[in-house]
Amino acid sequence: MDKPFAITLDIESSYSNHTGSWRTERPVYIDRLPPCNDACPAGENIQGWLHEAEEGKYENAWRILVRDNPMPGVHGRVCYHPCENACNRQQIDSAVSIHAVERFLGDQALKHGWKVEAGKDSGKKVAIIGAGPSGLSAAWHLRLMGHQVVIFEAGPMAGGMMRFGIPKYRLPREVLDEEISRICDLGVEIKLNSKIDDIPALMDEGFDAVFVAIGAHVARRTDIPARDAGTILDAVSVLQNVETGDTPPLLGRRVIVYGGGNTAFDTARTAKRLGASETMIVYRRNQEQMPAHDFEMHEAVDEGIMVRWLSTIKEIDDTSYKIEKMRLNDEGWPEPTGEFETIEADTLILALGQTTDSSFLEKLDGVEVERNGVVKVDESMMTGFPGVFAGGDMVPADRTVTTATGHGKLAARNIDAWMRGEKWQAGDRHEIAGFKHINPWYYTDAPKKLQPVLDIARRQSTFTEVVKGLDEDNALFEARRCLSCGNCFECDNCYGMCPDNSVIKLGPGKGFEFNYDFCKGCGLCAAECPCGAITMIKEPE
Amino acid sequence: MQQRVKYYQTGTFTVGNRLLDEEKRTVQATKERNNSLTCGHRACQGCGEALGARFAIDAAMNAVNNKLIAVNATGCLEVFSTPYPESSWRIPWIHSLFGNAPAVATGVAAALRARGETKTRVIAQGGDGGTVDIGFGCLSGMFERNDDVLYICYDNEAYMNTGVQRSSRTPPGARTATTPPVGEHPGNSYNQGKNPALIAMAHNIPYVATASVADLHDLEDKVEKAMSISGARYVHIHVPCPLGWGAKPSNTIRLARLAIETGLFPLFEAEDGEIVDTTPIRKQQPVDEYLKLQRRFAHILKDPLALETIQAMADRNISRFNLVREMEVTNNG
Repeated sequence: MDKPFAITLDIESSYSNHTGSWRTERPVYIDRLPPCNDACPAGENIQGWLHEAEEGKYENAWRILVRDNPMPGVHGRVCYHPCENACNRQQIDSAVSIHAVERFLGDQALKHGWKVEAGKDSGKKVAIIGAGPSGLSAAWHLRLMGHQVVIFEAGPMAGGMMRFGIPKYRLPREVLDEEISRICDLGVEIKLNSKIDDIPALMDEGFDAVFVAIGAHVARRTDIPARDAGTILDAVSVLQNVETGDTPPLLGRRVIVYGGGNTAFDTARTAKRLGASETMIVYRRNQEQMPAHDFEMHEAVDEGIMVRWLSTIKEIDDTSYKIEKMRLNDEGWPEPTGEFETIEADTLILALGQTTDSSFLEKLDGVEVERNGVVKVDESMMTGFPGVFAGGDMVPADRTVTTATGHGKLAARNIDAWMRGEKWQAGDRHEIAGFKHINPWYYTDAPKKLQPVLDIARRQSTFTEVVKGLDEDNALFEARRCLSCGNCFECDNCYGMCPDNSVIKLGPGKGFEFNYDFCKGCGLCAAECPCGAITMIKEPE
Repeated sequence: MQQRVKYYQTGTFTVGNRLLDEEKRTVQATKERNNSLTCGHRACQGCGEALGARFAIDAAMNAVNNKLIAVNATGCLEVFSTPYPESSWRIPWIHSLFGNAPAVATGVAAALRARGETKTRVIAQGGDGGTVDIGFGCLSGMFERNDDVLYICYDNEAYMNTGVQRSSRTPPGARTATTPPVGEHPGNSYNQGKNPALIAMAHNIPYVATASVADLHDLEDKVEKAMSISGARYVHIHVPCPLGWGAKPSNTIRLARLAIETGLFPLFEAEDGEIVDTTPIRKQQPVDEYLKLQRRFAHILKDPLALETIQAMADRNISRFNLVREMEVTNNG
């Protein structure tokens, strides 16, 4: 018998049956915008640098980070991290401690001396006025693009509000100094004690464009009837004095800080450290309405700062302060109640906000200045005077270090385009990866790592940094809590769970492809993708 | 589902994980996997059985250095993988009848032994109909003789290939073509069911396990372990059927996962007739979370007594197999 015993079928003969023709929908790989990236005022690719950090590739992570923000050591400490408020992991347990990983990367960079190279010389020259976060950030980005940069700083030191507004216990000066000197190492010249009054004259010196980022340093005041006023200071000058003065300001034993913003709390905590045994914050609204962040208040209260909500200072008589209690009316505004109380204090510090002294800009044709000195800019950060851009606290926006840093980047891109006679265009924003796109089941249970905190006794008397960094193990752990929202992290679920072997694995870092010859469009890959990096679309005709 | 490593983003819950050493990832995560059941097969969209068969046979091939012969009972798997003249198998594979796969496998194993081919191993496989109903006599015989065969049953809880008729694995209350909910009749009767893994254990064979397409690491470990043992072995794999269960094809894994997390499909392992390990539930779910995704249960969702009865079945499994307990981390990276 030479016939086969049974019917035999050739191996892989099923390949002739292209089951892709069954499909009514097809899966496609997409990158959705992670909510952290979306929320970052500096436009950091947070998911992108966490992805590298997850593998322990800290230098790669840092290099991705500094493409958007030259000062991760500073931001990891002082940024109010809106990224974490947007983090999808909050719905599983708690947000990834993004700022703590950023700080770890920033500190690693300083420890290992990681540097970047300036871009090829463009032959263009930009003047920056103000060496605060916005100016420094703009300088960094302009140098990466190859432009020459000179920063003119009116003050005696670079750093702006990072130095004169944020106390040392939140931002140690070594970190600030080293991150600034890394920016200088790119070839940025900073001229200190150089106040600029005449911008057209500056442009005549050969600068192709000017970026003005002088911040908001002028303390807002209020009128309080005083028979015989005691010591009244403003928060900005107290903080500035602590930084520059040889002798710390004499505040006395009992200090009242008037205001409810972050500066008020920083000032109260500074007063405590300078020896004030009784430090009290007086604020006319309640806790929900205070502009300061909750953590600032909690840290302050832990250090023994008292807070009087719904209170205004009505009168001052030497060291006696007449406080009126307020109550909220139906619209939520504070109203006087007519109930008074007297408190004794040696010093009153006003922390009622700051304005900008932009009078030197008002002289320029086309520049519009609003009340409080806020300067109007268009969507390219340019003022009404061609070639003069502005950013940071002096333009309408949130007044934070991170927003200012973001302005610096945005201004640099626009200045670069403007000098070439072009207009900078932002890329298309992808759809945001919401929690509904996540398959949370797949993520391991991993409660957040807390950063160690300095003990209270030392916090009340020294300017040592209060919140400590994470060690490597914990930073790696935190990075690995990232859900990688909307961006493939190569978990192989699509590849493994396709019943039709229609996902092609391209290898590490290369991701996957669909084989539409055989994909039946069941949608299992999209349903089981943990991070929402696959979507189903209608099959094209 | 066991958390085998701590804190590696998705740990071992996903098929692969770039943060883990390669040997801690699954066979399915490798580029080199055998794809024993390859594309071009005619299984429905989102077929759990196609997935289960590739998972199990690839793991077995990997465990025995690609020296493997598979015998297939009649059923969905056989029909969709080998419509004449096509085959999607990339292994030596033989089909004979509906009920005789265990006996044919016994014969293949005997022939290999007679030829002195001690390295080549034999697997027999079939659906729940071919295994738990029609082939059960042959299967019991294979167990009793302790023939050197791993039998894998892909359980999709009815005769799906012929049009969704009830099998002895069809769960209580489920609608099938032969158990329609009509008047007082609730779909499939609320009987005691038939648990072939426990019956296999009663033969005191060396290895018995249940597995699910929703827990790939566990499934691969069990198949690998089964291939390291000689004698009769049985692995019972839960494979959702979108068509027969009235579910979205994209819900296949989710359903298999819910079957585990409700306690309705307990995962356990037994050696020589004794249970040696069970897999704890990671996030316990009430049974209606599982039932409501399937049209075969649509008619009982508003029947509190039916839901209570099914929940009681799940609870019984949970206590019997100790499924709700502190999750142990078996290996920290």
